[in-house]
Amino acid sequence: MTTEMFILATLDGLSAAALLFMVALGLTLIFGVMGILNVAHGSLYAIGGYVAATLGLAIDKFGLSPALYLPALFLAAILIGPLLGTLLEVGLLRRILGKEHVLQLLVTFAAFMILEDVQRLVWGTQPYFVSNVMNQFGNTDVLGITYTNYQMIVLPVVAAVAYYGLRYFLTKTWLGREVIAMTFHREVATAMGVNAKLVSLLTFVIGAGLGTLGGALASPSTALLPGVGADMIVQSFAVIAIAGLGQLGGAALAACLIGLSRSFAVYLMPELAVLTPYIIMVLVLLVRPEGLFAATSMRRI
Amino acid sequence: MKRFNRKFGLIASMMVVLTLWAQLSLAQEKPAELKVGITTYVTGPASVFGVPAKAAFDIMIEEINAKGGIDGVKIAPFFIDEGVGTSGVLSEYRRANQEMGIRVMLAAISSGHCLALAPVAEDLKILNVMWDCSTERVLEDAKFNYVFRTQANATIEMVAAVIYLLRTKPDFKTVAVVNQDYAWGRDSWEIFINTLKALKPDVKVVAELFPKFGASDFSAEISRLQALRPDVILNTSWGGDLDTFVRQAAQRGLLKSSTFVMPLLESSMERIGDAVPDGVIAAGRGDHYFLHPETKNDPAHVAFVKKFREKTGAYPIYPSYHAVQSVIALKAAYEKAIKANGGKWPTIEQVAAAMKGLEFKGFGRPIKIREDGQGMEDQLYGITKKVPEYPFPVLDKMMFIPAELVTTPVGQKSPEYVKTISPEILKKEFKTYNYTK
Repeated sequence: MTTEMFILATLDGLSAAALLFMVALGLTLIFGVMGILNVAHGSLYAIGGYVAATLGLAIDKFGLSPALYLPALFLAAILIGPLLGTLLEVGLLRRILGKEHVLQLLVTFAAFMILEDVQRLVWGTQPYFVSNVMNQFGNTDVLGITYTNYQMIVLPVVAAVAYYGLRYFLTKTWLGREVIAMTFHREVATAMGVNAKLVSLLTFVIGAGLGTLGGALASPSTALLPGVGADMIVQSFAVIAIAGLGQLGGAALAACLIGLSRSFAVYLMPELAVLTPYIIMVLVLLVRPEGLFAATSMRRI
Repeated sequence: MKRFNRKFGLIASMMVVLTLWAQLSLAQEKPAELKVGITTYVTGPASVFGVPAKAAFDIMIEEINAKGGIDGVKIAPFFIDEGVGTSGVLSEYRRANQEMGIRVMLAAISSGHCLALAPVAEDLKILNVMWDCSTERVLEDAKFNYVFRTQANATIEMVAAVIYLLRTKPDFKTVAVVNQDYAWGRDSWEIFINTLKALKPDVKVVAELFPKFGASDFSAEISRLQALRPDVILNTSWGGDLDTFVRQAAQRGLLKSSTFVMPLLESSMERIGDAVPDGVIAAGRGDHYFLHPETKNDPAHVAFVKKFREKTGAYPIYPSYHAVQSVIALKAAYEKAIKANGGKWPTIEQVAAAMKGLEFKGFGRPIKIREDGQGMEDQLYGITKKVPEYPFPVLDKMMFIPAELVTTPVGQKSPEYVKTISPEILKKEFKTYNYTK
């Protein structure tokens, strides 16, 4: 392991971690407030990506300014995240609050499968790939290796902004504190005057928005096709299982752990690269079944 | 003694009459329609193959039926989705046979499904045409009477890749691989590297990377390959994995700094063509190509490409051609069996017998089914080249590698066979074509 290799592997690991983190962040936030592990989060990721790719194609088709490529990614997330999030929360999750966890998993899994078919209906089965943004940002050479600025700089920066933005919202704003109060105890918070329904909805929409944003930001560098959502949801589960359910900062560290371990494995032991997230997960769960960062107290965010 | 002989003669002649009568009464009635079960992916990542293949099945079957079907019997397809996984495909397959009475199947795309279905087909006496799966193990590890393949196999395809590589770029020292982490990714690399080592023993493997099937990011693999700078990189991925790898590698300049061998690139070319530079060694698992230098102007081929584009908006890719071949072979086998049967509708066993040694032609070179059921299909390799006529690269410096040269002989197994290939093979004359409009 040379210093050079260390730097290269770190750069690769961080950009992978950034995407993973954004998706896991939404998933863990929703769990923190609603107590539901939302499998349909994977669909939000996929649909966010598909909508972003569609917007990217539309920009080309109508000859709009290439300056719109990046804003289009955020627009896709903002358009579809709240819309689908509201639909899912009001139509489904609200009705299974407090039910058995197995039932909740099954219901959200069913939603995931239905949405998977919706994707196929709308976008078909052939892969979509709109990499305009990635090309637009150009490359940078690091130690003789070419990196895309999009993956090396844009993704980690957006992930960091999402994390600190969410933290600021939760700790510094009135609404955010209500969200935290809900995570302590839903009923007590309601008794104190927190509008539980509204806060739940809001949290879900933010969480869903993070999922779609993850998908939208992934779309320039990856092919979108049936099944992308499933892959992402499995990895996000690994992240929040390592971190402890509902842990925001923990999710950031766990995502980095997974991203970095994978990229280091590619250099050191390629055979293990596929397994690393799960090896880490098993090791962590053996020692701390509640996850690395889960506090022993009631507080989950 | 004389009496006994007479008695024996009488009994014998009665038996002959009886068996004849039994055979006559058992002779197949011409059915109202020929039900054909077809497995293909309409869900899951492999639907990038399954859906264009289904379009080709639809076109071909419609065309044959419009012309009166097979000897007046129309083909009625029954599609089974392979996206449900092996156990689901197996139960659907059995159900189609037992509840719907289907005895002719075109299955499958997945090699895993072919391995699982072949013994079942043999058991249930189903005529099974392996129309797209590539694993050579099915027909090498066991002997079947009801299972055939109307296309090449992994050995033929990968040995041909090595020959093309060594003919176009004989001087290189290092090689690396980035394949999907599943049976095809692993098996194809094993055949490739064993063949390469047999023909060029001094070659050095610098990296063996097997990223997860369906991976969305290959950044770490690309960085490592850029640092290693291998002369040649093999990538047998397909679908979304290949698209993602090619886009990311192209953006970061890797496709230009090493010579890439991508035996399935043809199937992604139209989607990702703008990212593919000149000089990538590419193919489409056989001699399937809408710009096939020997058949691109055949009226039937031209009509098919036109129909396919009207139906799907894209050029046909190799799974579409595989679908065509299986339907044409089935029709040809039925016609051969009918002829051998004195013009009467044949039994499944008679069709299976007709499959052996069958010669047929899809939209590529003619194919012959060997006695072990393997299709002898020539391989077409080429090198990518940008041309003004298409918004994606076409194949140039196309070379045909004949199947007889690179197919494991009957009774031998590929892993041992490829190690015995002699460098003499590289000195053979191969038919080559440059791209022309």
